[in-house]
Amino acid sequence: MDLFLQQTLDGLATGAIYASLALAVVMIYQAIDHFNFAQGEMAMFSTFVAWQLIAWGMPFWFAFLICLVLSFIGGMLIERIVFAPIHDAPVLSHIVVFIALTLIFNALAGFIWDFTIKEFPSPFPAKLPFETNLIGPHELGVVVITLFMLGLIYVFFRFTSVGLAMRAAAANPISAALVGISVKKMLALGWGLAALVGAVAGMMIAPKVYLEPNMMLGILLYGFAGAVVGGLTSPGGAVIGGFLMGVLENLAGTYVIGSELKLTFALVVIVAVLLFKPAGLFGRVVVQRV
Amino acid sequence: MASLDQQAPASRANPADSYELYGVKLPALRMWAILIGIFLALVLPLVVSNFAVFQMTQVLVYAIAVLGLNLLTGYNGQFSLGHSAFYALGAYTAAIMIDRYDFALYWTIIPAGIICFIGGFLFGLPALRLDGLYLALATFALAVATPQLLKYEHFEEFTGGVQGIDVFKPDSPVEWLNADQFLYYFVLFCGVLLIIGAWNLVRGRTGRAMIAIRDNPIAAKTMGINTSLYKSTTFGVSGAYTGMAGALGAIVAEYVAPDSFTFFLAVWFLVGMVVGGLASIPAAIAGGIFILYMPNVSEWVIAQFFGNDPSAKALIWVAFGLFLIFTVYVVPNGLAGLIRRFVVMFARRPGE
Amino acid sequence: MALLEVNNLSAFYGPIQALKGISFSLEEGSVTTILGANGAGKTTTLRSLCGMVRTEGSVAYLGDEISGKPTEQIVSAGVAHVPEGRGTFTRVTTEENLLLGSYTRRDKQAMKEDLETVYTYFPRLKERRDQQAGTLSGGEQQMLAVGRALMLRPKLMLLDEPSFGLAPLIVEELFGILKRINEQQKVSMLLVEQNATLALNLADHAYLLETGNVVISGTSDEIAADETVRRSYLGY
Repeated sequence: MDLFLQQTLDGLATGAIYASLALAVVMIYQAIDHFNFAQGEMAMFSTFVAWQLIAWGMPFWFAFLICLVLSFIGGMLIERIVFAPIHDAPVLSHIVVFIALTLIFNALAGFIWDFTIKEFPSPFPAKLPFETNLIGPHELGVVVITLFMLGLIYVFFRFTSVGLAMRAAAANPISAALVGISVKKMLALGWGLAALVGAVAGMMIAPKVYLEPNMMLGILLYGFAGAVVGGLTSPGGAVIGGFLMGVLENLAGTYVIGSELKLTFALVVIVAVLLFKPAGLFGRVVVQRV
Repeated sequence: MASLDQQAPASRANPADSYELYGVKLPALRMWAILIGIFLALVLPLVVSNFAVFQMTQVLVYAIAVLGLNLLTGYNGQFSLGHSAFYALGAYTAAIMIDRYDFALYWTIIPAGIICFIGGFLFGLPALRLDGLYLALATFALAVATPQLLKYEHFEEFTGGVQGIDVFKPDSPVEWLNADQFLYYFVLFCGVLLIIGAWNLVRGRTGRAMIAIRDNPIAAKTMGINTSLYKSTTFGVSGAYTGMAGALGAIVAEYVAPDSFTFFLAVWFLVGMVVGGLASIPAAIAGGIFILYMPNVSEWVIAQFFGNDPSAKALIWVAFGLFLIFTVYVVPNGLAGLIRRFVVMFARRPGE
Repeated sequence: MALLEVNNLSAFYGPIQALKGISFSLEEGSVTTILGANGAGKTTTLRSLCGMVRTEGSVAYLGDEISGKPTEQIVSAGVAHVPEGRGTFTRVTTEENLLLGSYTRRDKQAMKEDLETVYTYFPRLKERRDQQAGTLSGGEQQMLAVGRALMLRPKLMLLDEPSFGLAPLIVEELFGILKRINEQQKVSMLLVEQNATLALNLADHAYLLETGNVVISGTSDEIAADETVRRSYLGY
């Protein structure tokens, strides 16, 4: 029983990472109807930036915040410079540009910081304030920070007028323009927010998996799985899907398939859900008019 | 008095055939391009270094792989970010048959093709229900999962685990060609057969059906095309082509190992297809050339600025990425499209 | 100075010219209607005024040239557009839809008052204020669209086929409210309608569009009495 609880709680911690990435993916998907395949590499790059700031002597949380700001701005710039011009281009063009971004971020990180594995510090104290062997201090910290961030984002979207405007612009850009919302600005904001969320995910997982340019690809895959499971049209669903994938990954790994087939597991989940319940748990099926 | 039969006969096949570029008729130009290409392909290996021959062989292998992807994406509109998986399947099939079953090396391309056709067809079945972006996602997942799957300990008996399998390049059975050269001509021979096969496929009814499905799947269905069968079959054929390239690639590289078949390999193929040009067979060759030589050229350029710093090599990928973005913005139809545009701009009817 | 002066306006969808150099003007406080068959260019006219299609020619709003300006700017200047098909934000609540209408405004107190005003005109919306807007009936969504436009405190309201798909009783109710809005809130209206009788009843002035050209213009009484219009568009 202890093992089960341990694995579940640990799964929630990794699930928090997946939930963040899933949210970022769904936010962009809702805004532009495309998958940001480069989300992982962007998060990785942000994490490297944070690492650099810490290496230069900045205290962790300071570097964390600066990194968030830089990631936010970076996300906005990428939207304005790279994606605005191809807004109406065919799907393949978008896929190609996303892949190009993946390459660029991966290689730039390798060039600037090289490919050797680096340690990324965990900001959480080494011991928990209470006795338990069910969950580690870092894992607990990850869950708390992630939930806090997700809570803030929820409040932002639900209760502020900018959040409402962003939701409107994503759902119905024409009507949004007709009430005076600058859809362009909302898109840029959405990307900035997604990049920020990704940066948090990167900085939270780096202490566990060690920092190197290829660290995020498998994690992004699980993020996508979470988004698919939760429902690509539902940000809340994506978050739940992410947590779910974290727990499933651990339980399946412990009891069923061993730790070596985790990526295949994600593949199977993605294909199965897309085939049998494409709307996911909480999404809506989009009917295509012929 | 001019009579009808004294006028230049219009080409019934293609009205564009009566155009000329700088005084040379287009069909003649095409003929010359093909002949020169064939001449170079046949003669170059005899005069260049072994390493260059090795590289040319690699170009052919990549070209076949890109051709496979192009059949699926360019002609049939199904996106795949996962063709590295088929390449791996073909490569491992060949390696296992050679290493474990003493299968005759040169014939392994056939079982590789068959197995990859089946694999492609089977993957194509669920893919029927996935469109565009979702298929891209599913194939992305396939590509990311493949290396780990290849390292799986319970398959190690077959796959050789992390180490992979070594394949030994056979000696040349012919006296006047060395091993590299013979291998080159063998790959060239396979490549030509496969290209002719693809060319026939695309020009005929099947090709038209594939293209119809790409451009308007619903209309295609209403015209009586069995879209499901065509789409799965195209996936199978595409997988087979890339798989056969993989088998050839395994022999050329002399080994297979899981980390050779990562998601980034699928990206290579995508790049080769996009830069070469979608829905164009010669583009595949351009793509193959690009895949191989662009890193080398970039490496050389970068070395001028950064010396031999190994992490500077990573900038090659940055260049690749920028190149891709450039292609999407400026030359969305790739090199083939660029050439077409050039021809369209400058070709004239005689006398204009 | 007229509220809106349109001079030689042409509109293009790609290479296709949908408006062929039309001219008209609107006075403050008036209700004007544009009539015409399908494809005449009525919706295109409204879209052109909002900067949603490529145009040539001049559109002057309160003396300022607005052609070529981005939609958001035109809206901020006080031009509210009730689009064809209502354009409801289906996944947010009724009240959130209304609040979105006042997105460009900063005067919080006045916005609150306007919200109450809208609820006075459309009590049914008040009943459903926290309901997801996509679950409202067609008539209610049309009222929501008008209410949302009102929340801008516009000087000019553009309405694109507000009667479309609605039951006659609802339409009557809606048009009655529109009249009250025009009179009480001093909102000028430009109304595109296929239902010519309704439109001519509400409007002071009318223009008839045929394949991108204005063919008749005048007061609504004149147009209603016109022989051709009666035969082709009023059905008698």
